[in-house]
Amino acid sequence: MNGERHVAAYHRPETLQGALDVLAERPVTIAAGCTDLFPATQGRTLTGPVLDITGIAGLRGITREEGGFRIGATTSWTDVIRAELPPAFDMLKQAAREVGSVQIQNSGTVAGNICNASPAADGMPCLMALDAQVEVASARGTRTLPLLHFVNGPRRTALEAGELVTAITIPEGATRGSSRFLKLGARKYLVISIAMVAVRLDIEGGTVKEAALSVGACSAVATRLTDVEASLTGQPTEALADRITDAAVAAALSPIDDIRADGPYRTHAAAELLRRAVDDLTQPAQAAA
Amino acid sequence: MNRATATISLTVNGDPVTLPADPSRRLSEVLREGLGLRGTKVGCDAGDCGACTVLLDGAPVCACLTPLAQAGGREVQTVEGLQATALQAAFLRHGAAQCGICTPGMLMTATAFLQERPEPTRAEAEEALGGVLCRCTGYAKIIDAVLDAAPGSPAQMPEAGKAVGARVERLDGGPKVAGTEIYGADACPEHTLLVRAVRAPKAPARFTFGDIEAWRAAQPGEVQVFTAEDIPGANIFGTIPPFADQPALAEDRVRLRGEAVAIVAGEAGVIEALDLSTFPVTWEEADAGALVHDNRPDNLLIAGVVRRGDAEAALAGSVHVAEAQAETPYIEHAYIEPEAGVAWLEGDTLVIQACTQAPVMDRDDTARILGLDPQQVRIIPAAAGGGFGSKLDLSLQPLIGLVALKTGRPARMIYTRAESMASTTKRHPAKMSGRAGVDAEGRITGLVFDGDFNTGAYASWGPTVAGRVPVHASGPYYTPNYAAEARAIHSYQPISGAFRGFGVPQAAILQEALYDDLALKAGLDRLAFRRLNALQDGQSTVCGQVLHGVGIAACLDALKGPWEAALASADKANAEGGRFRHGVGVASCWYGCGNTGLPNPSTIRVGITAKGELILHQGATDIGQGSNTVITQICADALGLPVGQFRLIGPDTGVTPDCGKTSASRQTYVTGKAALLAGQALRARILALSNMCEDARIVLEGDTLTVTDDRGERHVALGDLEADGHGYVLAAEETYDPPTSPLDENGQGSPYAVYGFGAQMAELTVDMQLGTVKVTRITAAHDLGRVINPLLAEGQVEGGVAQGLGLALMEEYIPGRTENLHDYLIPTTGDMPEVKSIFVEVPDPEGPMGLKGLGEHVLIPTAPAILNAIRHATGARVTKLPALPHRVLAAIREARG
Repeated sequence: MNGERHVAAYHRPETLQGALDVLAERPVTIAAGCTDLFPATQGRTLTGPVLDITGIAGLRGITREEGGFRIGATTSWTDVIRAELPPAFDMLKQAAREVGSVQIQNSGTVAGNICNASPAADGMPCLMALDAQVEVASARGTRTLPLLHFVNGPRRTALEAGELVTAITIPEGATRGSSRFLKLGARKYLVISIAMVAVRLDIEGGTVKEAALSVGACSAVATRLTDVEASLTGQPTEALADRITDAAVAAALSPIDDIRADGPYRTHAAAELLRRAVDDLTQPAQAAA
Repeated sequence: MNRATATISLTVNGDPVTLPADPSRRLSEVLREGLGLRGTKVGCDAGDCGACTVLLDGAPVCACLTPLAQAGGREVQTVEGLQATALQAAFLRHGAAQCGICTPGMLMTATAFLQERPEPTRAEAEEALGGVLCRCTGYAKIIDAVLDAAPGSPAQMPEAGKAVGARVERLDGGPKVAGTEIYGADACPEHTLLVRAVRAPKAPARFTFGDIEAWRAAQPGEVQVFTAEDIPGANIFGTIPPFADQPALAEDRVRLRGEAVAIVAGEAGVIEALDLSTFPVTWEEADAGALVHDNRPDNLLIAGVVRRGDAEAALAGSVHVAEAQAETPYIEHAYIEPEAGVAWLEGDTLVIQACTQAPVMDRDDTARILGLDPQQVRIIPAAAGGGFGSKLDLSLQPLIGLVALKTGRPARMIYTRAESMASTTKRHPAKMSGRAGVDAEGRITGLVFDGDFNTGAYASWGPTVAGRVPVHASGPYYTPNYAAEARAIHSYQPISGAFRGFGVPQAAILQEALYDDLALKAGLDRLAFRRLNALQDGQSTVCGQVLHGVGIAACLDALKGPWEAALASADKANAEGGRFRHGVGVASCWYGCGNTGLPNPSTIRVGITAKGELILHQGATDIGQGSNTVITQICADALGLPVGQFRLIGPDTGVTPDCGKTSASRQTYVTGKAALLAGQALRARILALSNMCEDARIVLEGDTLTVTDDRGERHVALGDLEADGHGYVLAAEETYDPPTSPLDENGQGSPYAVYGFGAQMAELTVDMQLGTVKVTRITAAHDLGRVINPLLAEGQVEGGVAQGLGLALMEEYIPGRTENLHDYLIPTTGDMPEVKSIFVEVPDPEGPMGLKGLGEHVLIPTAPAILNAIRHATGARVTKLPALPHRVLAAIREARG
């Protein structure tokens, strides 16, 4: 005899409309890979009611469409690793391989990573450097907002009652250039970052046409370093990394002291990682030239 | 559209399964409790350890993070679906399973990986397995097995007389790789009640209960509640009886966060759904400045002292003197198996099957708490999914015992990761300082050591740490003048208990830093300096004990070649410049095997039944370290029968004599000696019975013993002999207790009868801009006296090195903050260096076959060798552990001024 178990409502619709209908009725916990939801409870079951969106056909996978790329809401990190994508996405693939472990990459989703809104979310810096937009749907309709407005605080997003994320979109303009992600932690695998950086450089004729740099785990939300980007744009690739100073990086960040590192170290590490990522992206080009 | 179906169907290991719908339930729970497939292990319920890895449509996922709904219509493969695969055989052949709790997760992850990459590189295999934590092995043998998973011929067991020294696969390995081993959470008799504890959210605090009856009545199902008032015996326990101070359930005050104040019991479905935060208890903050225990002034539990000669005078007269400080944090054992067990009644006997390292101590303390005679309690140790010292202490035994006694029903408890980390013991945080001096030739003149060891809320093994540290803080070096004091000091923090090395690893960090300083000041090579000062046969220890069979010089000599090569290689790499600096460090260890100046006997019984079964009552609890195998190897060669012929009966207190606790690196030595004596005694009995000479060959076939010597052959028909009270027609039982003497008020005496020695060398690179450290190689030379099983000995070294590396670089337990395995970091596959083991055999005159213990020794030199290598690479001395990147970078900047 096992006793009576109270089974909370668990919805697993097969269509988006079905999901929106559930959402319109009452507050639910939206579940996909569950790699953040289960660790948040010590219980044997998810704390319900739950809306599981992994049964919805069409939400999974990365597609090329007019104006850019679309990463469906239930696309897993393994899907990202296995997708054929231009070099601008290399950083996202590199980040994907550093999300937790193979087990986590198989279940965890890119969209879930941003909805969880951890300051140390591995996907955030890359998606920000890809000018990602977040597509949100509800019974009221669909809206799209920039990622940097979507995640608006630690563990806080702009998602409103009744809404769910359906996709992350990357505009065509941000898919140019090559990219690099670097993560620093106190161990190799299954580690939460001390600092991480994502860099995308569009280089033409030996000069930087466009630079996108972002840093994670060094502020409440991952941050684009627009001033540093401006200081690189139009510059020759030679010794480009030297143009990134600790001071300029520090001005953009607000790191905290915690068990993993102190704030000043984080700033310094972020600057150093940015320089290394830029070196990685510019030195092979120089070697080729 | 919205599935409101009453069932969910999936395929498990090829079989279609339909289950009652509980769509948001963890798949791990469904497999284990719903389908009884308990080969899938649960270590953290958070995706941090990977022990629960199963394959979902062929891809590895954490079953603990997978809601049942998402497995619907899909194919799930668990370890039970692996049928004697080549990979499982490779795990056995390479010694890839020690405790075995991570093995199913490793096997499933590797199975999927090898499907995709049949001939992987080592780096690829490490990355693929990076999501499964192992605390025992240091991963090398697991990766070896994955890289060597081609079908091979089955292992041959050594023939009679050839067991000792052979790479015998662990005798208890089969169930570990098959997923059939029974750990604490894996036994669940019918009608078992689930037990959970109500724990203190903070400490110190006083508490009062509200209306428990009303709370009970408000719950949706039948819940029973038990508090300290229900405890029939003495509500106090402790591993060292004179210091016993810990209640099984707190009475009116709590001294540490996570202390249990009440337990609830009932049907599993009811109990797991309870919101224990509504339990009627009122916490009142208590004065954090008040004494932790009223009878212990200044919160001093005990101080240990060793004094020899005049240390201060020696330092004053020294040519060079060095001074150092070091600070280490709480270290969590982080075994992958949280505490778990089940209790039930058999007539008047309370039976407890739970994880443990010390079954007889569990029995006696549980009996006392529950008001029973020790003979009314029977402890059947479950396989331990790692212990490392913490499972020496009682945890849930008295709690499930209480419920079983009160209700008459079996009672089961499985700690969550968080409650395991919050409520069980840790390595003592240490604040240490020391000074040491040398003469003009570089010989040590004297050493002064002083350390405060935070022993937390209760005594546990604090007295042992305070006692062991001053005895060992000299390291294995001749130190004519010595003054060392270690104090175990209470706090309202986690209980510090036993953790591989009992404080000696902390002390070695300070002492070996001092020795690097002195070598530099004296202008001597750091290895040569240690060799010069290495304790020699016939010299006295700091306790005045004259030692024989001292192997430290041999270990240091074994490192000479690798040391010179490593230094040359580091110099060459450093000359090339760049952001990385390369360094090499060395440190030594010694460690006394067994209790410190106190009796700790082991008794081994070995017998043959009338039907010809050869049975060894192997009472040394095997927590993964390998006693089941090495004790049998020793007994087999002493008796003269093949190791493969033995059947083992484990340390069940109902049927097996006491072999003491698995701690203090004592089992291979102490129980091994009892096994040697018992094997010899049984052999003598057989020879006497058959009237054959000493070197006769014994063969056991069917129910006949055949004994052969030069003069001929005799047959003993076992069925004709009369069985003893235990059912054996031929048997022997022997007890061995190490000859030691207690220490006097200056710490002088012979605290241990046998010591083991070792020295390790670390090679690493430091990123000078980021302060990150990558250890590339550890060369570990250990004196085992006699190597019983090289395969298992290597496993001990590799696992100890992993824990030492964690201590040096990443581990720090902070109460209330790192109660999980993603904030508390232990090494993963990608953090481990290559580990090269060198075994030295300097026989000990007392140890059986000359052997010495190894289990704790291997952890001691690793952290100091790494820290000394960081210093060699960068000039930076890290004095506060762990050496996280920001601390290393700060130390580099400080060193550079």
